[in-house]
Amino acid sequence: MTEPILDIRGVSKSFGALKASNNVSIDLRAGEIHALIGPNGAGKSTLIKQIAGGLMPDSGSVHFDGRDITVLSTPARARLGMGRTFQISSLAMEYTVLQNAIVGALGHRGDVFRFFRPVMKDADLLATARDALGQVGLEDFHNFRTSELSHGQRRQLEVAVALTLSPKVFLMDEPMAGLGTEGSHRLMDFLDQLRHKAPILLVEHDMDAVFTLADRISVLVYGEIIATGSVDEIRSNPTVQSAYLGEEAEA
Amino acid sequence: MRKESLLNAALLVVLLAFPLWAWFVDEPFLITLTTRAIVFAIAGIGLNFALGFGGLVSLGHAAFFGLGGYVVGVLAFHAQTYTPLMEWPFAIGGTKSMPVTWLTAIVLSTVLAFAIGALSLRTTGVYFIMITLAFAQMLFYFTISWSTYGGEDGLSLYVRNGFPGLNTMDPIQFFAICYVILLIVLFIVFSISRSSFGLALGASRQNEERIQAVGQVPFRLYLTAFAISGAITGLAGALFADLNRFVSPTMFSWQTSGEIMVFVILGGVGRVFGPVAGAVLFILLEHTLGGLSEFWHIYLGAVLLGVVLFARGGLYGMIAGREVAHD
Repeated sequence: MTEPILDIRGVSKSFGALKASNNVSIDLRAGEIHALIGPNGAGKSTLIKQIAGGLMPDSGSVHFDGRDITVLSTPARARLGMGRTFQISSLAMEYTVLQNAIVGALGHRGDVFRFFRPVMKDADLLATARDALGQVGLEDFHNFRTSELSHGQRRQLEVAVALTLSPKVFLMDEPMAGLGTEGSHRLMDFLDQLRHKAPILLVEHDMDAVFTLADRISVLVYGEIIATGSVDEIRSNPTVQSAYLGEEAEA
Repeated sequence: MRKESLLNAALLVVLLAFPLWAWFVDEPFLITLTTRAIVFAIAGIGLNFALGFGGLVSLGHAAFFGLGGYVVGVLAFHAQTYTPLMEWPFAIGGTKSMPVTWLTAIVLSTVLAFAIGALSLRTTGVYFIMITLAFAQMLFYFTISWSTYGGEDGLSLYVRNGFPGLNTMDPIQFFAICYVILLIVLFIVFSISRSSFGLALGASRQNEERIQAVGQVPFRLYLTAFAISGAITGLAGALFADLNRFVSPTMFSWQTSGEIMVFVILGGVGRVFGPVAGAVLFILLEHTLGGLSEFWHIYLGAVLLGVVLFARGGLYGMIAGREVAHD
């Protein structure tokens, strides 16, 4: 078994009496898609924030690529190679699609403190940005203002911006949400390939997607991981069925 | 896009043609009036860099405007009285050279903006507005009580500062200097707005979460923008002192900060040329309405209300459409 690239060890986070994360351990290994599922309010977003930055755990630690990153800021983690997509699209809405992708490529290259050369004529950045937009199928929309995009296209752009960072891991918070059947299937095919570039920690509500894509699944309920295992193990796990899958099937 | 470029060109042409005509028909007052508009425009361009591009609503830009003015005033004061500015550790005397005073004003304004920014950028929203205002007010009361440099009465420059090869007392020559500086400032700001820094700053203004997720720190972008912004407004303050041959604590007052913000809002927040249009409109209103009534500010208030309520992009938003959207 290879050493995990991302290793979350016993992380706990409380908000008052609410234990949003209770001794959570989860890891991500090269080449895999590790899905994190759980009912609403289980603490998935809180956990993602502690991994991507922005929220410090009360106890426990986060290790990434062999180093302890528990106290690092969000930008520092991004520079180390975390590519994150947000649950609610988080883009520069006044910019064009291409500009958003360029922001990613530029942020990754790091030389933002350049004041005179026109950034939209930078051949390297343009190549990276266009390539990323092409991979998610947005190449025909590069001149659109981001606020004009459909909800699904914004999700695609989120993924494209993460791609421009050439990250070592992807953290994806419900990338399929609101995509529609066709869009979801396209993205699923894409993620299926993407895992070979960099492993993906996938928070997702779409059970079809999770069961099709995931190499491993962890189930988070009330801030605790109640089970981690392969698709079959999770499907047949009685605790998971009673705690989660049963009620979700009705929804 | 094309409309905006046309408007930009029209503004520059009018700002050049009008004083040349005034020179031709021998109306030096109109030349000086245009120069005043240009100086205000530069001050507005400075604020717009923080406010429009960085989303940093500073109500304390009078601090930089005043500092620029006092740099010119104080250096001229020492040159006029043949007293040294300081003797230890270096002997520094006053000067009446425009390029030297401008450079000093730019450097000191940058340093001040860096310091004020480093402290106030830890806050956002209304707190940021209040802290920037407080810093400017501190300098306002400081200059009022500093009697060496005139206190409340301010400082007069007996003769306008000099520029190599030009007679700065000639209105049209001093206008030419200010016009060229306006062009340079516009060129610099335009370039930055299209640069890597401009793109990252704009992204940060629109969505801090996004810029952090691609590995950049918003605070650093904002601080840099605030320093550049302060430098430009400081330069405008220096030119304002040269224009009036007089500086007073009023330059530091919160009314000054407010007026600079009015140029930006009238013209169009976040447009490179917006404050130029705003300052020209302001001077136009001041001149025409000021002739009707000494309470002309009430009309200015009405115009401002109209712009904020019905044309949120200012003059540029009204004429050139929504090139860059702003909230």
